[in-house]
Amino acid sequence: MADQVGTLKQTALLDRHKALGARIVPFAGWEMPVQYEGILSEHHAVRTASGLFDLGHMGQVEIVGPDALPFLQFTTTNDVGMLEPGDAKYGLLPNEAGGVVDDIIVYRNPPGHDGYMVCVNASNTDKDVAWWQELRSRRADLDVTVQDVSTDLGMIAIQGPRAESIVKRVTDVPVENIDYFSWRIGMIAGVEARIARTGYTGEDGFEFYAPNSQIGQIWDALMEAGEQEGIAPIGLGARDTLRLEARMPLYGQELGDDISPYEAGLGWAVSLTKGDFIGREPMEKVKSDGPKRRTVGFTTVGRTAAPRSHNPVEVDGDEIGTVTSGTFSPTLQANIGLALIDRSFAGVGKPLQVIVRGKPVQAVQVKTPFYKRDR
Amino acid sequence: MSAPENLKFTKTHEWVRVEDDVVTVGIADYAQQELGDITYLELPEVGSSISAGEPFGVVESVKAASDIYSPLDGEVLERNDDVVDAPEAINASPYGDAWLIKVRVTDSTQIESLMDSGEYDTFAASAAH
Repeated sequence: MADQVGTLKQTALLDRHKALGARIVPFAGWEMPVQYEGILSEHHAVRTASGLFDLGHMGQVEIVGPDALPFLQFTTTNDVGMLEPGDAKYGLLPNEAGGVVDDIIVYRNPPGHDGYMVCVNASNTDKDVAWWQELRSRRADLDVTVQDVSTDLGMIAIQGPRAESIVKRVTDVPVENIDYFSWRIGMIAGVEARIARTGYTGEDGFEFYAPNSQIGQIWDALMEAGEQEGIAPIGLGARDTLRLEARMPLYGQELGDDISPYEAGLGWAVSLTKGDFIGREPMEKVKSDGPKRRTVGFTTVGRTAAPRSHNPVEVDGDEIGTVTSGTFSPTLQANIGLALIDRSFAGVGKPLQVIVRGKPVQAVQVKTPFYKRDR
Repeated sequence: MSAPENLKFTKTHEWVRVEDDVVTVGIADYAQQELGDITYLELPEVGSSISAGEPFGVVESVKAASDIYSPLDGEVLERNDDVVDAPEAINASPYGDAWLIKVRVTDSTQIESLMDSGEYDTFAASAAH
């Protein structure tokens, strides 16, 4: 990877991460912090207090114009027709075969601002924008503009039970009135930002979008305001263990070009009733036939090596699927994982064997999410 | 931290403490730092044979798994079950409580090929870049 370092992109906060002693790794074409203090302590900080994440690598795409809504309805899976200004919805960017190009959050801009902003995965940003541009040229009947605004826009998240109380110290915006999957524009730490109540950890919290030139002001203010409440900077390592405990999918693992949303357990993010969209027919067929594969959660039995992505999954010596994500769960103090398996073997309580570095590890299917916060 | 002067080291970041023909083997501080929070450890049974340069165990952190290589040929005399039960001890005390196995060495001339602490410090510093 060393040969790539020269070409890696940097977020506006990289110097802050280095000053905090982070270990920096290449990720999706970016230099990103994978850990500061350590994955376990960062994970626990988010579950018990709060954590701050640099998400400057994530992509943002603006979709505006008189036909922005019909264009989004045609090019994404969920029904965003009912979104009021300031509302957001999780969805998928599909391909024509009924697979998934990316998973996304569609934000309808707050009152007074037309159009939508879509937050996409870092590793997929260029691919997503190219796909949207192609679909736009196919739909010359629609008056819409697709613009990648990632370069100018920074993004950070604060997550955890103390998140709201910390945010309230650095803004006059009544953030307690921002509902889950809503956002508004307001001043925070002297910066005009888009403040969204979304996240990727299973905890309450906020995500902030602001220009790269100013995002550091928000980061610094939150670090300072949160000191007494146990705020910690969180790297990509804990981001992954947090999202997996909450059974949130990761593109490239639970989701991909050749995995149907119905196989990934994301049928709830597909609206077959909203009208036509890319990939609708093959998705409907998978739903009506019943998906051949299902994504299941499992834990290992006893103290074992941790299953990892791509490990084979067997029943009675026959390979029936693969692990999509696996880790030691800091909250459960046990190994957890998700696997995409032949549906006839899926069922809570049913056994699996996961082949970890050539050796079988006993596992049992369990209900997901593995972790759910008290509300 | 500088490597303790009474230990010998491998290029795969194991340490060895020599007491006549019995050696104690552990994981060097550099390796535990690279791994991060250690969550799981697999060690061989007492009585098994291990060979220089071959894996004898596995150590896992939250993010990664890594083989542990034998510095020498020999027979496992003792294994540290406390550290198997609480592998995070490797992070806390890599050169102390968190030793892994004791081995009766079959070819003591192999000890000569291991690095001393000064050589190892230089080696680990270059590996870090």
